[in-house]
Amino acid sequence: MTNKVKDEILHDHNQDGIDRRGFLKCMAWAGTGALCVMQGGVLKSYSLSRLSDLGGSAAAAGELSFVQISDSHMGFNKPANPDVTGTLKAAVDKINGLSAAPEFLLHTGDISHLSKPEEFDAVDQILKATGKEVFFVPGEHDVLNDDGAQFRERYGKGAKGAGWYSFEKKGVHFIGLVNVMNLKAGGLGTLGHEQLEWLEDDVKHLKSSTPIVVFAHIPLWTVYPDWGWGTEDSAQALAYLKKFGSVTVLNGHIHQTMQKVEGNVTFHTAASTAFPQPQPGKADSPGPMKVPAEQLRSVLGITDVNYVRGQHALAVVDSSLA
Amino acid sequence: MRRRVWIPVLAAPVIAAAVLLASGALGLAASTAQAQASSVEVKIDNFSFGPATLTVAAGTTVTWTNRDDIPHTVVSDDKVFKSKVLDTDEKFSYTFTKPGTYGYFCSIHPKMTGKVVVQ
Repeated sequence: MTNKVKDEILHDHNQDGIDRRGFLKCMAWAGTGALCVMQGGVLKSYSLSRLSDLGGSAAAAGELSFVQISDSHMGFNKPANPDVTGTLKAAVDKINGLSAAPEFLLHTGDISHLSKPEEFDAVDQILKATGKEVFFVPGEHDVLNDDGAQFRERYGKGAKGAGWYSFEKKGVHFIGLVNVMNLKAGGLGTLGHEQLEWLEDDVKHLKSSTPIVVFAHIPLWTVYPDWGWGTEDSAQALAYLKKFGSVTVLNGHIHQTMQKVEGNVTFHTAASTAFPQPQPGKADSPGPMKVPAEQLRSVLGITDVNYVRGQHALAVVDSSLA
Repeated sequence: MRRRVWIPVLAAPVIAAAVLLASGALGLAASTAQAQASSVEVKIDNFSFGPATLTVAAGTTVTWTNRDDIPHTVVSDDKVFKSKVLDTDEKFSYTFTKPGTYGYFCSIHPKMTGKVVVQ
C-alpha cells in the first residue's frame, strides 16, 4: 500500500477503497445538492430525494449521529441573502426532518455577524427548535470588540483559554478549538501555544483507537492562503493526533463544502446557512457571493455525520437547503 | 479739515483692501494647508484598502470608509490606532501627527493590510 499523500486526495491507508475519481465526482455532486456518503470508506452517492433510504440502513443510522452547521451570520442583511433568519430556520427544518435524528449539533462559528447580543439571542432561539444540545466554537465575527468575552460567557462555560474544550459522546472524543483570536497582520488563523499545549495534554492518555472529531472555525488545512483560508500552526495540532486511527476535522469559514483526506485524517468544511462564498481564486475576494434568488438555498446547507463503531471513517453527508 | 478726514477715509479702504488682500493670501495659504491637513480618504472594498499605501503630511486626518458588504476593522500593527468594527458605510478617522510609517490591517481578515506613510 503506497503512502503517497497527494494534495487534495487520498490514499488507501485504511484499505478503505476510496479512489481519486470517486472522490472528485463526490465533490461535484455536493455542489449540486446530492449526497456523498462515506460509509466505512466506501463512497456512495444519493440524490436528495432518496435521503429517506439512508435512514433505513443501519449503517446510515450509525451508533452516533450529529449535525454540523456553520456560518449563520445572524445580522447579515445584504443582497447575497437578505433573510439569514429564514435560511437558518430552513436548516433547522432540515435537521428536524432527518430520519436518523442527530444526538446533538456542532456550530463551527460565525454564529453572529457583528457579535451583537440580539444576534446571538436570535440564533439560540432558532436552534431551540431542534431540541438538541449545541456545541459552539467562535468565528472571527463572534469575537469582535471584546476579545470574545461575550462568546465565552454564552457558550464557553467550562472551556479553557479563549474557549477551547473537549467532551466525549459514545466513545468518540470531540475537541472544540479556537483559531480566530490574536490574528496577526497578513496572517492566517492561529491556535497559539497555550491551546496547543492543552491539546497535547488532552489527548495524551487516549487510546489510539478512540475516534477523534476536531471542530474549529477556520480550516485546519491550507485551503487558500491568499484569502486567509488556513491555520498557521495546525500542523502542530495534527502532530498530536497522529497516533489516532480515525480523525475527522470539521471546519467552516469558507462557506462551501470541501473535503480532503490525508492518512487517517478527514478534513471537511461545511456550507454556510447564510450565504455562499466563491471557490478559491474564482473571484477578486472571498466575500459574499450573489446567486440568483431561486438558487440560494441550493448553495447553503448542513452536514450530517454518522459514526459506526468499528469503522474507521465517519460518514459525512452534506445536504443543501433546497 | 476735509483733507485730513479725506486721506484717512481714502486710505482706510486702501489699507483695508491691502489688509484684505494680504489676509486673503494668508487665508488661501491657510486653507491650502488646511486642505492638506483635512480628511484624506481610504476606501475599504473587496477585502482591500484603497490605496494600500497612502502618503500624507503630518497633521493629516485619514478617514477609512467601508464600502464592502462585509464588516472590517482598521488596526495599527503597533497598537497606535484601532477602529471599532465598521459595517458597510461606517467610517473611522485618525489624525497622524508624527512622521513615520504606520502599517495596519483588518483584525477580522488579517490578510488585508495597508500602510500610511507620514512625512
